[in-house]
This record gives sequence, structure tokens and C-alpha cells, in this order.
Amino acid sequence: MNIKWSLLVIFFVIVTVLTGCDPLMVLDPKGPQAQTQANVIWISIAIMSVITIVVCAFLVFVLVKYRDSKLPKDYEPPYIEGNHLVESIIVGVPILIVIFFSVVTIISNNKVEATPEKYKGQDPLVIYASTSDWKWHFSYPENGIETVNYLYIPTKRPLEFKLYSFGPITSFWVPQLGGQKYAMADMVTTLHLAADEEGEMMGRNANFSGKGFAQNMFHVEAMSQAEFDDWVKEVKDTAEPITEAKFNELLKPGYTGQLTFTGTHLGFSPAPEHDHGSKDANEDANDEYMEHKHAPSNSKAAPQNNHE
Amino acid sequence: MGYFAKFAVPHPSPAIYASMIAIGVTVFLVIFGLTYFKKWVYLWSEWITTVDHKKIGTMYLIAALLMLFRGGVDALMMRAQTAVPDNKLLDSQHYNEVFSAHGVIMIIFMAMPYIMAFMNIVVPLQIGARDVAFPRLNAISFWLFFMGAMLFNISFVIGGSPDAGWSSYFPLADNEFSPSVGTNYYMIAIQIAGIGTLMTGINFITTILRMRAPGMTLMRMPMFTWSAFVTSIIIIFAFPVLTIALLMGTMDRLFDTKFFATTDGGMDMLWANLFWVWGHPEVYILILPAFGIFSEIIPTFARRNIYGYKSMVISMVVISLYSFFVWTHHFFTMGQTAYVNSIFSITTMVIAVPTGIKIFNWLLTMWKGRIRFTVPMLYSIAFIPLFTVGGVTGVMLAMSAADYQYHNTMFLVAHFHNVIIPGVAFAVLAGSTYYWPKIFGFMLNERIGKWAFWFLTIGFSLAFFPMYITGLDGQARRMYTYSEATGYGPLNFVSFIGTACMTISFILIVYTIYYSIRHSPRHVGGDPWDARSLEWATHNPVPEYNFAIIPQVDSREPFWDAKYKGHELFKGDYKKIHMPNNSGVPFIMSAIFFVFGFALVFSMWILAVISLIGIFICMAHRSFEIDHGHYISVEEIKETEVKMGGNHK
Amino acid sequence: MKVDHSQPLEYSTEQNRLNILGFWIFLGAEIMLFGTLFTSYFTLVDRTGDGPTGVEIFEIFPVLMETFLLLTSSFVIGLGIHAMRLGNKKAMLTFFAITLLLGLGFLGFEIDEFIVYYHEGATLQTSAFTSMLFTTLGTHGAHVTLGFFWGLFIIIQVAKRGITPETANKSFIFSLYWHFLDVVWIFIFTFIYLEGMTRV
Repeated sequence: MNIKWSLLVIFFVIVTVLTGCDPLMVLDPKGPQAQTQANVIWISIAIMSVITIVVCAFLVFVLVKYRDSKLPKDYEPPYIEGNHLVESIIVGVPILIVIFFSVVTIISNNKVEATPEKYKGQDPLVIYASTSDWKWHFSYPENGIETVNYLYIPTKRPLEFKLYSFGPITSFWVPQLGGQKYAMADMVTTLHLAADEEGEMMGRNANFSGKGFAQNMFHVEAMSQAEFDDWVKEVKDTAEPITEAKFNELLKPGYTGQLTFTGTHLGFSPAPEHDHGSKDANEDANDEYMEHKHAPSNSKAAPQNNHE
Repeated sequence: MGYFAKFAVPHPSPAIYASMIAIGVTVFLVIFGLTYFKKWVYLWSEWITTVDHKKIGTMYLIAALLMLFRGGVDALMMRAQTAVPDNKLLDSQHYNEVFSAHGVIMIIFMAMPYIMAFMNIVVPLQIGARDVAFPRLNAISFWLFFMGAMLFNISFVIGGSPDAGWSSYFPLADNEFSPSVGTNYYMIAIQIAGIGTLMTGINFITTILRMRAPGMTLMRMPMFTWSAFVTSIIIIFAFPVLTIALLMGTMDRLFDTKFFATTDGGMDMLWANLFWVWGHPEVYILILPAFGIFSEIIPTFARRNIYGYKSMVISMVVISLYSFFVWTHHFFTMGQTAYVNSIFSITTMVIAVPTGIKIFNWLLTMWKGRIRFTVPMLYSIAFIPLFTVGGVTGVMLAMSAADYQYHNTMFLVAHFHNVIIPGVAFAVLAGSTYYWPKIFGFMLNERIGKWAFWFLTIGFSLAFFPMYITGLDGQARRMYTYSEATGYGPLNFVSFIGTACMTISFILIVYTIYYSIRHSPRHVGGDPWDARSLEWATHNPVPEYNFAIIPQVDSREPFWDAKYKGHELFKGDYKKIHMPNNSGVPFIMSAIFFVFGFALVFSMWILAVISLIGIFICMAHRSFEIDHGHYISVEEIKETEVKMGGNHK
Repeated sequence: MKVDHSQPLEYSTEQNRLNILGFWIFLGAEIMLFGTLFTSYFTLVDRTGDGPTGVEIFEIFPVLMETFLLLTSSFVIGLGIHAMRLGNKKAMLTFFAITLLLGLGFLGFEIDEFIVYYHEGATLQTSAFTSMLFTTLGTHGAHVTLGFFWGLFIIIQVAKRGITPETANKSFIFSLYWHFLDVVWIFIFTFIYLEGMTRV
């Protein structure tokens, strides 16, 4: 037993040293949503550690005290059916913990599905993020530009990402800004993020989508609104427009580097019609970049917001 | 040549070619060996046609160990590939095939049969019965599993392995993005094995409800039997969902239907939903019998009755019920509203409560006991803290806002291995050691077994704990490589070291078996561990009819009471015993299922129709068959009992 | 084999009782099977793509005929089991034969229905809705077809071997299966056809 414990201690020391002093991405938030999530993670680590330590302590206690080798030869263990008080505790305490976590979960769930508190009241920047095997297309309808495989965003402004895919289900994930959400082919999902500080970050597809999945990453850079506006102007001055032919070429499976265009593909290739996961879903029904299919005359649905 | 092109592997590699040769050589050696040693008749009459639950369980056990080897090799290859950044050991396509096969094999073709092995061997003995309710159906269950496993296992050498992950999400799994037949193998092989599992569920519910020894009320049943009962109920309600999901997936791929398509109204999310409505109860199908095994081992080696029997039973029933209410936690990020996600967060966390009750009850069983550190007990002891860590990370994952960061990262991979390995794998290894003398008549060597245990426990910790950290650092799962700049290298290397230790552990387990076959003394008697329940009240080896006289039960631990409290187990005289006959039809019908499955995989319609007709002919044959079994005479019983050591009291 | 004469013949031996319990459990699994089909149907019912909707293709006459034939066959097999309990082999066989013939009639109407849909442009591949419709109806129809042959085998066995504990057991279990398919049909009739035909 002692060997095992000392080995595990050594292991944890190695692990701590190996991670170096760089904090882990998820626990190094650069935006309010990631901050909320990091807080939830820390609270849960703390309480779960207490439970684990209690279990381990009790285990060590019984193993040490009731080992066969250390007990008198004639000791016959008693028949113990159970104890109502003990069982109430081992049911009651976990229930209390679950209730606590339920409250935490409900609050944090609603936070991450809405515009971040500190940036409420501002106009969100809507960015369409779509994947085709195995690249990311970022369309900025407000600015009339499009990038491939890299994402520049302004700090201190709410961002509303509209996610969808031209192929398999993928997942838009920038760990330091917040959690991920799936991008799918038959509907658009919405992810609310914001960046608190300037800097470079990693973004990637987190849902396995085939051969090029590991390379399906994108570079993220957060900059001040002024710098962002300068960048948009530069793009409009220097980049080529995205044409339907060029875009169809891009959609083919493969790997492109980072590309920049003026205009977006949403004009000739609008996003799928259903919207999911945003509390302000009804607003998007009027979004001119969503496909409005003409429903058959007998269809029950008049508004396009069927939540399937 | 053009016709045979479809059977070629689309992405061959030296490893695949080597495997083709190895498979060919092995098949040849097996056929040669059986012929040379003249064992064909023995094989047919004793094993292929058997309907004896003990033999069927043994076959499940051997198959599970073979699949553990294949799944483990997959794991070793994966960890070797990711041990260093930008590694070139496996390219993306092969890595994708390896992790897909690893997942399916470990869950469907290793863990499930291992659980079925113990259910088959132990449950009838524990309830004092002579066999299960439907012995023929039991044989069909095994052979269907076997044929499903065979079909899945040849995929990587004929036609190509599945490569869309063990969860095979659409649209990735559709023909456009997975053009090879690999995903066809996935849909069809699992379907065939799933039918077998459903049959087992029906069999064991009926057996446990109606074939218990006199005096054994439901609340006097041993814990493992309770776990088998609850598990069988989950199987009945969960597997049909998988049946339909796989049917729809097969039809989308073979017949161009639009269930999960991206056009014409198809809904890819429906696959994810159906898969996980089955998938979550499935993991409880795996873990509850594991809990049952620990509930047998811990009382035996702490020399105490299980603490809190009633709450142990109720907690298993609650877990099984709740397992159907949590499936959405597998895809919190798929675009549901905060309201929906909150509901499933809460239901998921609630399951931790009955599970926690069990952990504390096991600890309280050891309290005031006499703890012996045998190999089965070591696994049970290590299970408690390791499974607790895995379980609490599950509660962390249940909080869906946080899950937006954990989902599909190595953190998730660490969590589920952290519950499956200390949970299911430790349980089946402990159970193998514990029940080995009952099945094979000799003990497994303790010394080597302990070495295997330590290598596994330490290896497991080294392999998986670093993944919690790399997951939080942005390493997604199913990534065949990563760049040096990410910094994931060192911890992934530690994982590889851990995997190597686990590999050594597997080798030691195999060596334990080999060494014990050669050196362990035989005839250890029916009760080598001084255990508490009825399965230990039989001889060694267990005779065909299990008990010469059906035991009388009047407490929860009838065998213990018979040994130490003067309870009389076997009253009355011998009577002739009715036993079922062997039959070749289960094997034959399952073999035809294999042909049917293979034909569907390759869209060979004529062969598919012919084999389907063959299956129906087997069923018709069964309908018209008159088979009343046979009787074992009182003289024969007396002879066997005397040979094995007289009346067991 | 101990025969308990105080029970109906199909329950009269231990194996018989085990078989009946096992079959009820199997029906539980079948409920989940059809439940999954129905849930998926309700999920996909409006996803008609460019293809027709239910209102456009469902016709009341064939559906009514199918319902009448199947429900009647369920009633008739009830008569058959009653005859079996009275030990009247000839009546039992007659009723079973009528049951199967009515079942065959049901299948005839259903196959014709599918052919008509096909010609109207509602094929298995047209849309998620049609895929789901054909799969749900088809699974039920396949069960009826299997039941037809199973019932046929039972008729042959009862004719040859008479009403014994074994044949009574098989006949009873078959009747459970047949009644179950009838109940499923009621759900199909209500939630697929009626609901589909009355949508605005």
C-alpha cells in the first residue's frame, strides 16, 4: 500500500512540473463566458476534492484497522444489517451537494446562452462561422468581409457567432473565450462570446469530422475596436471579392491556408433556416442571411422557427 | 478482378498486411491442430452445440479475453502515435480506424461479453437453479454475439474498417463522408450482436423471476443476481432503440433513405439522440454487474455481510431508472436551450446520489471486518478511490456550462476511462480470479496476479490522469497528432508510459493463466475462498446439473449459514433430473447471420436474400422441432456425487 | 414433465409458464421498438423536403379496410383461443385459418397502398418523412408477414399433433403476438393516418 501511495505522489509531482508554469487554457479565461465556466470548474473541483478525500480517508482507515493480519485470531466480524442514521447521511449530504450544483448549473447555463452581462446594451457583432472539410469560413455581414482559417475580433464588445456546417457536424471552440457549440448542416446555432483583453488565442473544431479533423484549427486575435476597424478597412482596400465560383472551389475537401475576401458568401449561399439555442431566436427569423424556404401550403408552421 | 475490388482494403498499410497474414496463419493452425489432435467431434459436441450455461459463459469469457487483446493493441497503437508531437507512426486515416475499432470492440465485444460470461456462469448457481429459463436461446445469444464480433473484426482486412468513431455520428457516417464499407460493418455487426444481447435480457429476467430455489425471496437474492436482474431490465428497454437507430443508419447507407441526411428533410441530430438514448443505459448495463461482482467479493474477503442490503438494491433500481433520463448530457453542445440543458444536468447529477450510497456501503462492509488482501480484493479496494475520482469528474461534466469546455476533449476521455477501467475492467478481472476455481477447477497464481494488478493500477493512473490536464489545455479527442507548440507532448508521453505498463499487465495476466494451468494444484474443492453464497455450495468442477438436490434457502447467505450456523441446505433424496439437449441450430443459424451480414455490408443482394431465407428456415425448423430433453437417472447422480466428494453440507 | 390440470393447458407445465413470461418480456422490448419508430416519426413528420406530405397521399378507404381486416382478425383469434380452451380442435383451426386469411387481406391492401404511394412520387428515398413512414408501416407489415408464416406452422402442428400442452402454449403465445400487432396498428391508424389526414 505504501508503495502505491508514494508512487502516486511522485506521479503528481511529475505532472505538476511537466505542465510547466503556463496555466491551462480553459483555466486562463480571456472573456466573461470563459470566466463563468472557469469559476464553475473551480467550485466543482473544490467540492469534489473534499468528497474524494473523505472516501480515501475512510478507506485507508478501514484497511489499516481491520486488516486480517493485525486482528486477533478469534475475532469474528459481526453481522451488521445497516443503520438508518448512517444511510440518511450518505443520502442526505449528496442530495444537498446536488441541489447546490443544480443552482450553480442553472445560473451558469443561462449566463453562457446570453449576451455577457458586462457588455449588455451594446450592439453585438454577428459573425457567421461555418466549416467545410477541413477549414473555417468566417463571414462578417456587418463589415462585408470574409476570412478563412483566422478570426479577428474586437475586445469589449458582445460577439454573436452563428454556427453551421457544409458537411459533418463540427464544433466551434475557442477555449479562452468560452465553451464550444456544434455547427451543423441543417440549422444555425448561436454562441455568445466576448473578449476582455487583447491577444492571440487558439481556436479549433472540437468534433471529429474525418481525415483532416486534427488540422481543422483557426487562429484568433482580439484587438481594440479601433484596430479592428482599421483592419476591416485594410481588407476592403486590398482583398479580392469572394465569388460563387471561388467559394465552391473552397468548399471542396482540402486544406487552405489563411485567406481574406471582401463581401461574404451569405448572399449566394445563405445559412440554413432553423435557429437553435439563442434566447433571442425570434429576432433571427428576419435575418436576411437565413434561408427562407417556401413551406408547402399544408405545413403547420408559419414562422420559420420550428424547434425540432 | 473488378468484382473483387470492393473487398480490398481502401487504405492498406504494413500493419494491415501483417495482420492479414497473421489471421491466415492462425486460422490454418487452428484447423490443422483440431484435425491433428482429432478434436473436431469434441469441439462440436461439447462446445459448439452446448446449451449449458456454464459452458456458454466460459465461451463468452474466452471471447472477451481475445477481444481485450485486440482492443488493447488498438489502444497501444493510439498512445504510441500520440506519445510525441507530429508523430508519423499512424496517419490520420489509420488512427481514425484504430480509435473507432477500439471503442466498439472494448464496449460491445469485450465488456458486454465479459459481463454476459459472469451472468451466465454465476446467476443460475447463485439462485440454486439447474440452468437458465431458455437454454437454447442462451446458445443463440452467444453465437450471435460471436458472429457479430467476427464480422466486425474482419473489417480491417476485408473492405476496410469503420472510421467515424465508436459513436458514428451522421452526416460523417453517411456515404458522402464515409464512402468505404467500414461503416456498413459497424451498423450490421453491432445489430447482429445486439439481437443476442436482447435475448439474454429476456432469458435472465425470466430465470431470476421464476427459477429461484425455494425460500429465496427477491430480498434474499445475492447482490450479483440483483445486478443481473436490473441490468436485464435495462437491456429490454434500451436495446430496441439501438436496433432502430442501426436499422435507419443501415438504410441511409444502403438504400439512400433520408433519415439522417443533410437534404430532403433529413435530421442528423436524430442519430445522436437515438444512439445516446441507448448509449447511456448501455454504460449502466456494463457498470451494474460490475458493482454486483464487487458486492460479492468485498463481503467474502472482509468476512462480513454486505452493509445496507436494502439500500444497495434500491440504489441499483434507481440508477437503472434514471439512466434513461440523462442521454442529452452526451451532446450538451448540440444547440439545446439553457432550459433543456439544465434539466439534463440535474438528472445526470442525481445519479451520483445512489452511486455514492453504494461506495459508502462497500466501505462500511469492510468496517469491522477481517480484510484479506487477495487479488480479487486488491482490485476491489483500488476500485473505490479510482472510481470515486471518475465519478466526481462525471458530476463536473454534468454541469453543462462547464461541459462546453470539457466536451470532446481529453478530459472527457479521461473521465469515461476513469469509470470504465476501475469500474468494469477491475471488476471483470477480479471476478475472473474469484470465479476461476469454480469454472476451471484450479486457482490462479496469487503472486503473478498481484504483479499484474499493480502494473494495471499504476499504468492506468499514468495513462489517464494526465488527460484531465491536457483536456483543460485544449487538446481535443480523436486528434491523430498535435504540434509541438501546443505543449501537449510531455503529458501525452506520460500517457504512453502508462499504456505500456497496462500492456505489461495484460501480458502478466496471460502469463498468470498459463503458469496456473501448468502449476496450480487441481481439486481445490468447491469453496476455496470460504465464501458466502450458493454458487460455492457446488462441487469442483460443477456437474452438468449444478445441484444434485435443489437447496433450501431461509436467509440472505444460505451457504454461510450452512457452514457456520447449522442451516441444512440439501434435504431429501435424489430424484431424476431433467436437462435440455444440445443443438447445432444456434450455431448454424448464427453462421447464416454472419453470411447475411457480410452480404449486406457489400450490397450482395442475392446472397443476402438467400441467407435471410436460411435464417427463416432455421426458425421454422425450431417451430416444428420436438425436443423434450433428457433425464439424468438417480444412479448416475449418485455416481457423480460420490466421485466429487459426497453430499455438500 | 409435470402437468398441472388446474391451469389452462397453455400454462400447465413449468416450461409453458416460463415461455409465456418470456414472451411478455419480449413484447415489452417490442413496445420500445415501435415506440422508437413512433418517436422518430413524430420528429420527422414535417420534414417533407420537396416531397408530398401525409395529407397529400393518405387515402381513407384502404386504411379503413386494413383496420377492419386486422381488428376482425384479432377478434377471430380470440375466438380461436377460446375454442382451444374448450378442446375443440376443429373450431380452433378454422378460426386460426380465418385469422391468417384476414391478415393476408391486410397485407394485400398495404402492399397496394405502397405501390400507389410509389407512383404518386412518395418513395422510400423521397424525404425523411417518407423514409420514416415506409419504415414504420413496413416494420409493422413485416411483423404481420412473419406472423402469417408462424401462424401457418402452428396450424399445421395442431392439425397433426392435436391440442397438447405444447401446441396450446405455442398457440397462446402466437395469439399474444397477433393481438400486440393489432394494438400497434391502432396507434398507427390514430397517430399516423388520422392525425396526418386531419392536419391543417
